[in-house]
Formats: sequence, C-alpha cells, structure tokens
Amino acid sequence: MKHRISALFLGTALALAAGGAMAQDKTVKIGVLTDNSGLYSDLGGAGSTLAAQMAMEDSGLAAKGWKIDIISADHQNKPDIATTIARQWIDVEKVDIFMDVLNSGVALAVNNLVKEKNSIMINTGAATSDLTNAQCSPNTIHWVYDTYMLANSTGQALVKAGGDTWYFLTADYAFGHALERDTTAVVVKSGGKVIGGVKHPLNSSDFSSFLLQAQASKAKIIGMANAGGDTTNTIKQAAEFGIVAGGQKLAGLLLFITDVHSLGLKVAQGLNFTETFYWDLNDGTRAFSKRFSERMKNKAMPSMVQAGVYSGLVHYFKTIDAMGGNPHDGAKVVAKMKELPTDDALFGQGTIRADGRKIHPAYLFEVKKPAESKGPWDYYKLIGTTPGEQAFRPLSESACPLVKK
Amino acid sequence: MQALYAQLLVGLINGSFYALLSLGLAVIFGMLNIINFAHGALYMMGAFTAYFLLHLTGLGYWWALIIAPIVVGIFGMILERTMLQWLAGLDHLYGLLLTFGIALIVQGVFQNYFGSSGLPYAIPDYPEIGGFRGLQGGMNLGFMFLPIYRGWVVIFSLVVCLATWFLIEKTQLGAYLRAATENPTLVRAFGINVPRMITLTYGLGVGLAALAGVLSAPINQVRPLMGADLIIVVFAVVVIGGMGSIMGSIITGFALGVIEGLTKYFYPEASNTVVFVLMVLVLLVKPTGLTGRAA
Repeated sequence: MKHRISALFLGTALALAAGGAMAQDKTVKIGVLTDNSGLYSDLGGAGSTLAAQMAMEDSGLAAKGWKIDIISADHQNKPDIATTIARQWIDVEKVDIFMDVLNSGVALAVNNLVKEKNSIMINTGAATSDLTNAQCSPNTIHWVYDTYMLANSTGQALVKAGGDTWYFLTADYAFGHALERDTTAVVVKSGGKVIGGVKHPLNSSDFSSFLLQAQASKAKIIGMANAGGDTTNTIKQAAEFGIVAGGQKLAGLLLFITDVHSLGLKVAQGLNFTETFYWDLNDGTRAFSKRFSERMKNKAMPSMVQAGVYSGLVHYFKTIDAMGGNPHDGAKVVAKMKELPTDDALFGQGTIRADGRKIHPAYLFEVKKPAESKGPWDYYKLIGTTPGEQAFRPLSESACPLVKK
Repeated sequence: MQALYAQLLVGLINGSFYALLSLGLAVIFGMLNIINFAHGALYMMGAFTAYFLLHLTGLGYWWALIIAPIVVGIFGMILERTMLQWLAGLDHLYGLLLTFGIALIVQGVFQNYFGSSGLPYAIPDYPEIGGFRGLQGGMNLGFMFLPIYRGWVVIFSLVVCLATWFLIEKTQLGAYLRAATENPTLVRAFGINVPRMITLTYGLGVGLAALAGVLSAPINQVRPLMGADLIIVVFAVVVIGGMGSIMGSIITGFALGVIEGLTKYFYPEASNTVVFVLMVLVLLVKPTGLTGRAA
C-alpha cells in the first residue's frame, strides 16, 4: 500500500514536471498540402514532401530534442476538399504549419482558415499576389513567387524587346485572372497594349480554337496566363499551328522546369519566363538539387515550389529554435520569422516583409536550344536578374492592412 | 466569317477523337453490355505504347498506328477473359465499377512511374513526299493555317469509323456478332464460339481506343491522366448519340466536336460544359439518345 501511494505521488510529480515543460514544448507537426495526383503534382506533390523531409533532416533539430512530424495530403485542386483537410489537420491532427498549398483558389481558401485558427501557412506553390495584398494575413508568408513578380519581370522584358501588343490565353480561375490582371498593368505601364484575350477552362486538352483566335488577333505577344499541363499543351499546339513561325511570340508567364522537361527542348527552345530558383544557379543550389534528385523516384530536379518548401522550413526551424520552443501560436511565430533575416543555400539572403512577402531576386531565363544543352535538366540560360527590392509589388502600392503607411 | 470556318474545322478535328472513342464504347456496350469506364485508361495506354515503341525499339509513328492497337487490344482481351466475362448477365453497375477500378489502377501505376506532366512525342517527319516531311508543317487554306497532321487525323479517323461500321453492320462476321447479342444460346447452337467472339469484340473496341491514343500523342502531351480528362466527355457523347448505336456514336462524335468548337469561339468559358448541357437536354426530350432504340 505504502509503495502504491508513493508511486502515485511520483506519478503526480512527473505529470506536474511535464506540465511545466509545456512552455518549452519541442514538438512540431508539418502538413504538406498539395496536389499529389493531378496536373500540378510534378511541380509540387511528392517532391514537396521530400523537400520538407530534407529540411527537417538538415535542420539538426532532432539532436536538440525536437520531435518533428511531417504529414501530407492531396487537395485535388479543390478548395472545398482542401479546407476540409486543413480544418481536420488543425483541429484533430494539431498541425502547426501548412507548406506548399499550390493552386491559387485553394491557397486563398486555406489562407482564411489559417488566419481564423491562428495557424501558419508558408505558401510556396500558389501564384496569386492577393495573398500578400488585399487578402494578406498575419499568419501567412508567401515564399517563392507571385503573379505581380512574374508579370513585372517577364512582361516588362518582353515589352522592352518590342512586344508591345498582347493577347491573353487565361486559365479561368483565381490564378489566371490575377496573372492576367497583373501582367496587363505592367504591359500598359511599359507602353504596350492589350488587344484581346480568351478565358479557357482549367485542364483543357485542346487549345487549337483559342490559338486560332490569338493568331487572328495579330498580337505580337501571346501571353499564357495558365500553368502546368495547360501551358505545355498550349506551347505544343502553338508550334503545330505555326504561331511562332508566323512571327508571334509566346510568353510563358508561369513555367516550371518540370514543364520544360516534359515538352522537350525542341518544342520549348527560346521561351522566356521568370523563376526564382533554378537548380544550376550556384554551388548551393547544385548541391541541394543533386541530393534531392537522387531521392526522387523519377530523378527529377526540384521545381522552385519544392525548393521553396525546403527554404521556408529552414527559416521556420531556425525561428522556433531561437524561440526555445514551439508556442503553437501562429501569428507569434510568423511575427518572429519576419524579424529574422532569411538565409539559405537555395534562395540566398532575404527578408520577409510586413505583408508576408518573402523577398529575393527574380531570374529571367531563356530555354536553351537542343544543341546548347549538355544533358537532361540542363535547360536554362540566365538572361537577366531583378533584385529582390524591385521584383515584387512595392509596399507603397500595397492594399494590405498589415502595412503601416 | 473566316474565323468561323476555322473553328468549324478545328471542331471537326476534336470530333474525330470523340467519334473514335465513342465508337469503341458503343461497340463494347452494344455487344457486351458493359459500360467500359476503362476506355480512357486504354486510350492513354495507346499513347504510351507509341512512346515506348519509339524510345525503346526505335519504331516510329506509322508502326505505332498498327502495333499499339494490337498490343493494347490483347491487354483488353486478357482483361475480358480474366475479369469481365464473369460479369455477363449481371447488372450494368458491376461492369461499370470493375472497369472504373481498372482505370484508376492503370492510371495510378503510370503516374507512379512517369509523373503527371507527361512525355514528349513528335509529329512524324517521314516519309518525305514532294515538299512535305511526313506529317509535319501545314498549309494555308486562306481562312486558316491547317497543320497537316490535324487534317490527317480527320481523314484517318473517318475512314476507321466507317470501316468499323461496315464490319459490324454489313459483313457476315458482323451479322454473327449482332445475332450473338440478341440470342447467344441460339447462335451457339449453330456452332459459333460466342465467348471467343465477345472477347474479340472487346479487343476491337479497346484497339480503337488505343488507336485514338496514338493519334493524339503528337498533339497532346502523353500523360497518365490524358484519358481521364477526355472520357467523361466521350460518355456524354455516347449518351447523346444513344448507347450501343454504331452510326449514332460516329455522327454525334463529329457533331459535338463542331458544337464545342463553336462554343470555344462564342463563349469560351462554357466550352467544357456545353456537351453536358446538351446531354441533359437530349435526355429530357429523348431518354434513349438521338439514335437509340428503346431497350
């Protein structure tokens, strides 16, 4: 009996001690919410989960007593499915941070939920610049790229090179609309003119009707405000209809290395577009990408979305480690992340602005000719760099309530 | 006006794919009473077979047009022998669920190995006849620039569709087939091997899907989900044309391609839904489809 009482006492004391340690809680749960099976699964998908895994291994937090879990789910590019998963992740699974969340429609929906529940989203996949503008949130960081930046970099360069009349092929959802709107603004500002456009349903397989309309418009530039399979099919079919041969130029407003890989250089050569990461930029990106590709099932190099997952988590881990524990308070962690400068091998040094925009340089690339490429994945020529401060929407133009003016 | 002609022609091109695929579905439904949801996956396998033939054995497009339908057709016949035949006489739902499951498995396996972005496949550049290199390039028709390959797709699929119709409706073999659907026991009494005939019919339907896959490989990316996106529309085509009607599915396929093309011109946002709106209208007015007979 005596033994039993003392055991009970000991148990209570231990429980109390554990309670005291709650303030220094060193558990983290990461949720990679992405497209695991649809048209964007190559640029996010399993590669994003792998990037999260690598960030966790490289952080060295496990050795410092942290316990980190990574879970992943397929949102099927449907905002309703995504919010259901996100709600369950926050309420039941106790997920601390959402990574990737590609697809602008999905991202905007999850953005609201994350704010309401005081969780965290580091968005590396969605394009819409609304995430750090009108829809900005103290719980969201937009890491890799956005429509404003793409429009600014690619749009300006093309207008400067003489492409002053534009026709848009736009994917008919939040992302396409945002990209078209932001590009139009840049084109007009740079002295160009938009003479027409057509909105096509997401995930179309045949673009010939739309391409014929673009061809008939006689615009110098056909701006593709779409992504993934939609873009690759547009490019392939544009070649077939002799659009580039006829003197019009295609502008890939959002193109990923996985798209170029699937098109092949013969079709993709000469395209101009903007990314913020390419595996062959410097020693740091090459080293990471080599490790990454060795662990990918199809030996693919990382896309900028996947690289962003790694980079974002590196900064997140650094921040919570500096805080000494996980407070499970999204807004508090994000505020701290904005205070600390970012620095990693993939995106270099940077900062996170008050509106949640991560700042780093944007690179204008041109796809190499088949003869210039030394082998698989050697696809890009760097033709221009926009410094981070000029690449993204200036805070003076921001409609984000978090920005003090 | 010129733009309109162009859209009509483009619609006809898409209609060719609808016609080839819905024809295969109609043949399978008419003869086997199976709603073949694996059709899209088999179409995708046709395109992938063309890719493999080129990259593993060096056999180009023209070979693929012959070999891919045979290879995928044999795969289909194995499916029929090992699984589908046991569902004969059961409710349609069983066949639908089984083939839907097969489609998911096949697509999943391909996606696992090849990702979702797809693989490149070029338009054939041989043989060289006159100034043309294979089917590359195009010609200016005045109102539009017609890629030669697209013209080829329309003509070739029209020929294949009519040949299939002729085979089933006008030949001795076709007569056996149709008789076997009406009354298998009686036909068997005449000494005809009905199960083998049904297997061959399924193989034929599947072969048509694979053929459409090869035809589309140079136009669309060769992707694991290329069939999944298309098959829903094709089902709507079959429903509109009337389940099991051979000529109905051919004509509806081409006609809907044209209607879709016009929608892309007048109101592009609705181009993915117009087929389904039509389907609803047809079902309301004539539930058996435009050319279907009452069951």
